[in-house]
Order: sequence, then C-alpha cells, then structure tokens
Amino acid sequence: MTVPGLMLQRLTLWYGAQPLFEDLSLVVPGGQFVALLGPSGVGKTSLLKIAAGLLMPKSGSVQASDGRPLAGRIAYMGQQDLLFPWLDVIGNVMLGSRLRRQRPDPARAMDLLDRVGLAGRAAALPAELSGGMRQRAALARTLYEDRPIVLMDEPFSALDTITRARVQELAAELLRGRTALLITHDPLEACRISHHLIVLSGHPARLGVPIAVPGEAPRPPDDPGLLRTQGELMRLLTAGDDE
Amino acid sequence: MRHAGAALRPIVTLFGLLLVWWCATRLFAVPSFMLPDPWGVAQALVSQRTILFWSTLTTLSEIVLGLLLGTVLGAGLALLLVFSQRLQRWLMPLLLISQAIPVFALAPLLVLWFGFGMSSKVVMAVLVIFFPITAAFYDGLRRTDIGWLELARTMDASPWAILRHVRLMAALPAFGAGLRVAAAVAPIGAIIGEWVGASAGLGYVMMNANARIQTNVMFAALFVLSVVAIILWVIVDRLLKRLLYWAPDTAAPR
Repeated sequence: MTVPGLMLQRLTLWYGAQPLFEDLSLVVPGGQFVALLGPSGVGKTSLLKIAAGLLMPKSGSVQASDGRPLAGRIAYMGQQDLLFPWLDVIGNVMLGSRLRRQRPDPARAMDLLDRVGLAGRAAALPAELSGGMRQRAALARTLYEDRPIVLMDEPFSALDTITRARVQELAAELLRGRTALLITHDPLEACRISHHLIVLSGHPARLGVPIAVPGEAPRPPDDPGLLRTQGELMRLLTAGDDE
Repeated sequence: MRHAGAALRPIVTLFGLLLVWWCATRLFAVPSFMLPDPWGVAQALVSQRTILFWSTLTTLSEIVLGLLLGTVLGAGLALLLVFSQRLQRWLMPLLLISQAIPVFALAPLLVLWFGFGMSSKVVMAVLVIFFPITAAFYDGLRRTDIGWLELARTMDASPWAILRHVRLMAALPAFGAGLRVAAAVAPIGAIIGEWVGASAGLGYVMMNANARIQTNVMFAALFVLSVVAIILWVIVDRLLKRLLYWAPDTAAPR
C-alpha cells in the first residue's frame, strides 16, 4: 500500500481584516516527515487546522495526492495531550473507536502502549501520569487511529529537554512510513526527526524553500549533518524575523 | 488519630452549641414558650416520637421525590438548552422568570392547584431544585475544552457522540456542584409547602405546635429536619465523590 501525500493548494486565510497567508501551497510527499517552523503568530497552527479540516480557509483546497477523499485518513495530535481525565490510559488510546461507535481493539491498544513503554500503566488515570507519560499515551492514541497522514502541533513543547528527546525518537520510529507534518518551535527537534524543513514567515506568511536533512531519522543530536542543517536553519529563522 | 479527630469534631461542636443554648435559657431566664431549654426539646423528641417519625417519613419522601424529579428535569433542560440555540433563546427568559418569582409567593397557588397532599410539596421542591442544576450543568456543557472537541472531530465523531462522550462527561463536575446546592436547598420547598397547607409532614407539625405554643415540639421538629437535611447532603456528596473519582480535588492536601 502506498501512502498518500498531503497537498495544501492555494490556501488563503484572513484573520479579521488581515490576510494571515495568501495563495499558500505546501506539499508533503507520501511517506515523508516534514517539519514546519516559524515565529509565533505567523499562522502555523491555522495551516495545520485547515489541513485537519478543523478550520475553513477563505479559498484553496486540501487534497490527498492519490485523489481520494481525505476524510478518515488524517490523525491529529495537538499541543496538549488532551487525554480525557475520566478515561483510563487504554480507554484514552481507544477513544477513536468509542467516538465512532466501533468495536474497540484492546489487543492493538495494548501493543501500542507497550511500544510507547506504558504497558504497565494501561489502567491508570491520566492524572496519575507524568508529563512525558501523558504525551506518550497521546502518541499511542494517535497511532491507534492508524491513519496514513499524521498532523502534529508542537506535541512535545511542554516536555523537559531529556524527556522531549526520548519522545521525539519514539515518535520518529513509530511514525516511519507515514506522511507527517509537524509544527515545532524547536530547530533541533525539526532536524532530528524530519526529512524536510520548511520555514513559514512574514505578513502575510510565505513558505521558504524546503531544506532536506541528510541521514536517517531519528538522528543523534551530535550528527554533523544535523548540526550543519540546524545552523543553517537558525540563520534563516533569525534573519527572516522582521518583528 | 485523624479518624478519631474527624468523629470527635461534630460531637464537640454539638455539645458546645447545646451548652451555649442551655446557658442562654438560664442566664436570661427566657420563658420556655419563647425558647425552650435543650432538656425540654429532648423530652418533646421522646414524647412525640411517633408523630415525628411519620412526619419525617412524609417530608423525606417529598424531598427525595423532588430531588429526583428536579435533577432529571434540570439536567434535561440543560441538555435541551445546549443542543438547540433557538430553544435556548426561548427558554432562557422563562427560566429566569421562574426564578424571579419567589417560591413563597407561589406556594398558596400550588396548594390550590395540586391539593393538600404530597404532590404540591413535590412540585414546590422541584421548583427550588431544578434551577441550580440547570444553571450549573448548562454552564459546564458550554465550557468544554476546544482541544477536546477538535480532537473528537478529527476522529470523525458525530455531534451526538461528541455530546455523549465529550461534552457530557466534561460537564459532570459542574453538574455535581449544582446537585450539591440542590440537595442543600431541597428541604426548603417541601417545608414551605407544608406550612401553607398540609395534613402531614414536619412543616405541618411545626405549624400545629406553633398554634398551640408548644415551642419545644417546634424545636424538636426543627432538629429532626436539620438532621435529615444533613444526612441527605452527606449521601449526595458521597455519591458524587464516587461518581467523579477522576475529577481533581485540588483543595485536598496531597
């Protein structure tokens, strides 16, 4: 089965009387991991919400590269873990089944929990977990959806550096082969786990030229290719900042 | 030790109050038809135990029935309001009017319409009870975390599934707060109804005793009523704590 790519075409979104972006097009090739960076308030989250079908653009379209409808093929992971406090961990992982009135698949949920290292905490309530555990549970919930396209909005930004590094590696491994678009503030995170980096900047916002990161993800933080790309990225981000 | 302390505290409070009460009756030499001493009230509790028992049963039934019906009505109304914007615009003013008219003013009418029996008291209790539940639950239903709603939408949840599995669950703590208030005010409706016109119940006993200047019987009935009210509240509180085991109680020391 080939994984469809994600095509955002000629999107225009206004925020009040201001255009947030106009005529913006972005393609995430099938099976690729693309990281989107840029200053706060530039419209990254809005772009991701349009891709997820949560926000209607003024004009433009979101399509899959195979031409089939996107409905039911996108999983979304937000800034917060968004675990439901009244469900235990495994109940949260299988939330999608419950909401779609499908039969839940506890075996698969347990397998995913095992892969994110939470097999022993399946019956725990989210309140009993640490921040890193909660984010891993949210990752398992995203994977349980088993969608070819995964959208992530700074999912690891609230974690401390060490925990973040571990969860990034986990995410890169578990999302391999899927089409992924990740929003992040963290150049190191972008360089470690994505195939391509794209910078969104300016008012109205424009996309920069995609930067390819050499080597296989997740890359070690001292990988020479990673460090070079990170330097290049930092220069771009600081130079392009006209605020 | 902590358990012993928790059990001891209400007893100390009770005896402290009794002592103050007793001292007041002695010190100011209040005639017993104005303020009977604790001993007189205790005697009334014993001598009137049969009528007090049956009256308590009547009043308790009215309160519990009112609480059940009021909760169902209140929760149902909140769901209706959140489900339909149009309905909300029509119903909200009616709800406010229903609360602007004091139940005291409605009591004689309700007795006229629903009779001297239990139904007029239950209706009165429902009128007092449903509003705190509707207000709190409706508020909770409207304040669902946007992130949760968006997540549910990306999981292709139907509006019904979102209401059932996300909004409703997220609003349960608010509903619990409303129910606690309702449980605390529930006896008011029943007692007012019995004052206005009844042939049974603690309120009826109080009015009767009042007319005969049996103040100690009044106090005995009042005592029983407050015990019933406290027990009812504790039961509701315990049930809610069990139902909302997942809701963080941030005031509790860890």
